[in-house]
Amino acid sequence: MVDLSINCAGIKSPNPFWLASAPPSNSAYQNCKAFEQGWGGTVWKTIGEPVMNVFNRYGGLDYNGQKIFGLNNIELISDRPIEVNLKEIAETKKLWPDRAVVVSLMVESKRETWHEIVKRTIDTGCDGIELNYGCPHGMSERGMGAAVGQVPEYCKMITEWVTEVSTIPVIVKLTPNISNIQLPARAAKAAGANAISLINTINSIIGINLDTFELKPNVGGLGGHGGYAGPAVKPIALHLLSQVAIDPEVNLPISGIGGISNWRDALEFILLGASSVQVCTAVMHYGFRIVNDMIEGMSNWMESKGFTSLDQIRGKSLQRVNDFGNFDLLNRTIARIDQQKCIHCNLCYIACEDAAHQCIDLTPVNGHNKTEVREKDCVGCALCSLVCPVENCISMVRIDDGSASKTWNQLTAEFKKSGKPMSWENLAEFQHKHNIVIH
Amino acid sequence: MKNIAPKLQSEQYEKNFSDLHPPFTQNSAVTEANRCLYCYDSPCMKACPTHIDISTFIKKISTGNLIGSAKTIYESNWVPLTCAKACPVDVLCEGACVYNDKGEKPIQIGKLQRYAIENYFEKGMPTLFHKASKTGKSVGVVGSGPAGLACSAELALMGYEVTIYEANKIPGGLNTWGIAPYKMRREDSLKEVELVKSFGVDLKTKIMIGKTLKVNDLLNKHNALFLGVGLGESPQLSIPGEELSGVVGALDFIEKVKTENWHDIQVGKRVAVIGAGNTSIDAATEAKRLGADQVYIIYRRSDVEMSAYEFEYELAKRDGIVFHFLTSPKQIIGKDFVEGIECLKMKLGEPDKWGRRKPIPISGSEFTIPVDMVIKAIGQETKSSFLSTISKLTLDEEGCVIVDQTTYQTTNPKIFAGGDCINGGKEVVNAAYDGKRAAHGIDKFLSLPKGGK
Repeated sequence: MVDLSINCAGIKSPNPFWLASAPPSNSAYQNCKAFEQGWGGTVWKTIGEPVMNVFNRYGGLDYNGQKIFGLNNIELISDRPIEVNLKEIAETKKLWPDRAVVVSLMVESKRETWHEIVKRTIDTGCDGIELNYGCPHGMSERGMGAAVGQVPEYCKMITEWVTEVSTIPVIVKLTPNISNIQLPARAAKAAGANAISLINTINSIIGINLDTFELKPNVGGLGGHGGYAGPAVKPIALHLLSQVAIDPEVNLPISGIGGISNWRDALEFILLGASSVQVCTAVMHYGFRIVNDMIEGMSNWMESKGFTSLDQIRGKSLQRVNDFGNFDLLNRTIARIDQQKCIHCNLCYIACEDAAHQCIDLTPVNGHNKTEVREKDCVGCALCSLVCPVENCISMVRIDDGSASKTWNQLTAEFKKSGKPMSWENLAEFQHKHNIVIH
Repeated sequence: MKNIAPKLQSEQYEKNFSDLHPPFTQNSAVTEANRCLYCYDSPCMKACPTHIDISTFIKKISTGNLIGSAKTIYESNWVPLTCAKACPVDVLCEGACVYNDKGEKPIQIGKLQRYAIENYFEKGMPTLFHKASKTGKSVGVVGSGPAGLACSAELALMGYEVTIYEANKIPGGLNTWGIAPYKMRREDSLKEVELVKSFGVDLKTKIMIGKTLKVNDLLNKHNALFLGVGLGESPQLSIPGEELSGVVGALDFIEKVKTENWHDIQVGKRVAVIGAGNTSIDAATEAKRLGADQVYIIYRRSDVEMSAYEFEYELAKRDGIVFHFLTSPKQIIGKDFVEGIECLKMKLGEPDKWGRRKPIPISGSEFTIPVDMVIKAIGQETKSSFLSTISKLTLDEEGCVIVDQTTYQTTNPKIFAGGDCINGGKEVVNAAYDGKRAAHGIDKFLSLPKGGK
């Protein structure tokens, strides 16, 4: 029997799928409906300072006919009064005691104001607090959101104001709009935060209307940066997650966010160390019902792999996150095309010819083209296998026997030891010795 | 005719002859275009007889560059709307789509081409190509079907003065008259004629070469001549009763249907179509859609040997056409009007020299199908009686004009030819290719020091 339940810094939920603090988690109606459909938890849409939204607030990035590959928004935190939200949070938690109800907060940078909102939030009976240090638009200009997350000192100061009065777990939500994500994460840790969540949305302009020259979303002729989310941001989120997860100075549970659309995405976040995962854009696109496949798909995968609990896989891929300097320069792969599977689209040929290393030959055979890798010239870059539309038609095959191994770091150290400078000539000698042809 | 099928309501006719493959909306076209893998040196391009750079024109649809898409298509083919609607795409471009090998539905290339070209006409045919400076030489083109149009367009853009001589009062040849209305309407063909005319081509209709004007007149007037005269009448069945009222040729029948005056067309209650080619299917389904109760296709070989494409056969079956395979007409029965057709059952013998098994009559197997109309659809004869009067022109044993495979020059150096009159009857797309290639043959010939003199 597979157990999907999780415990993120003391916040428990029957599965790792939480609604992110965002439009889908705006009200009791929505959160309760989500719970009915199986969501394990919610991070209530950020409550705090008085705000007023503009009407047109989303822009979608479509790709090759696929809608909402990315989604940008300029919506603010909850535009409903704090009292209404707190009342609904209390009612929701009462109705759904087994689900995680976390409340996202953002108020002006005053100690008393934070103390007050934290206390009032705890009174709802909720399971945790998430501090929104990530909102990149509208709030940041008022000194909140990303304006806090981008300055580790502010991050530490405000988190301390919260942790000094909070009796429930405090999660700090980080902005990706920063050059080193580890710094605000460490600041949160130093201030006593119980967990980190990331990423918030990325600063973006989603596009321009070529007929009107207006930005998207267009607010009466004006537009500006908004927060970018959706499937397109997942790789960025995975990277930032890994950076926080491997940092020994942080060492906190993490709630992963950023482009998670299905159980596969969720597993990737968990494999890089996430305890829970938060979802927004996929729900905005398809509704709460997607959680059914998320739970089922993840359970089936776990079962097929022989896992019974998410603890067994959490962070399993983190040990593989490493630096380029430690990669083996002599681990040699080349592309092989399965001629039986080839459908003769020749995309591998043109990609290799124009954009890689010109090592696929195109030969006319029986009215179509045969594509063949010239193995001695193949650098194993894998581009052909990525453009190939047929599954498992081009595979990357390892051709070295593993007896020789050398990383860049080892090589530079050896050169240094023997007094050789890192020059093109010395590098060529090394390549020649290992039969590596650069062209 | 003895029993005439009752007339239908106008809406019913419209419904029966409405688009077999409705056009893409903008959204569906872009979705389909995005599905295209954008193959390099693509198999679909090779399978198209005019070698349209298909993946490129489709890519341009996906980015919204529709005028560029039309230009890519016109670079290879001057009658792309007709081709989009009448080509047997299943056996050409779409049949070669790599998705077939992937076990998935091929890209709907025909419909995408239609989308790009219809948009081009809707936008008022913006200029895509600029004419070269005048060569001072003129070419006469006989026939305004796909071969003649393609040849004329290409020559006009190369700077030649081109005059088309068309016997019919409405131009376009079989593009206008020979394609079932549920595949394509007459006005579509006429749009393609208009485009060619917009290049400065002089189109003279109601001029029958051989009668109104002689070939020699044209040879005197022009530096070179292109023959795109197509084929002629349906051959005789040569069986008793062929003269009865109610026996018609398939092309005459299809031409009448293309006038779109469906109320005025007499069709029998029960109709027999003789032959099982693609034209037979057109005639049979059109008779059915005009209101005939029962339509039979009578063919002396089996479904394996018939020349109709699989998708045409499927269409006929969906329309409720009854096939009598291994059946040969013996005589048409009736007093003044067709009343029935007496047939003979056949069996298949040894393959003939083309490899098709020869039908052999089974004696005593006669049976009669009561019908009110017989449509003869056993092919078209060549126009050999006209063509054989042209000096120095050589015809093969089938009556087709012999041309050089590269230049399309006939054995009379000033005369070039293409389309059905050289191949005995192929697709529109083949004629379009011939015409274009012939234009380059003509250009090469007229560029010689003594060319055309």
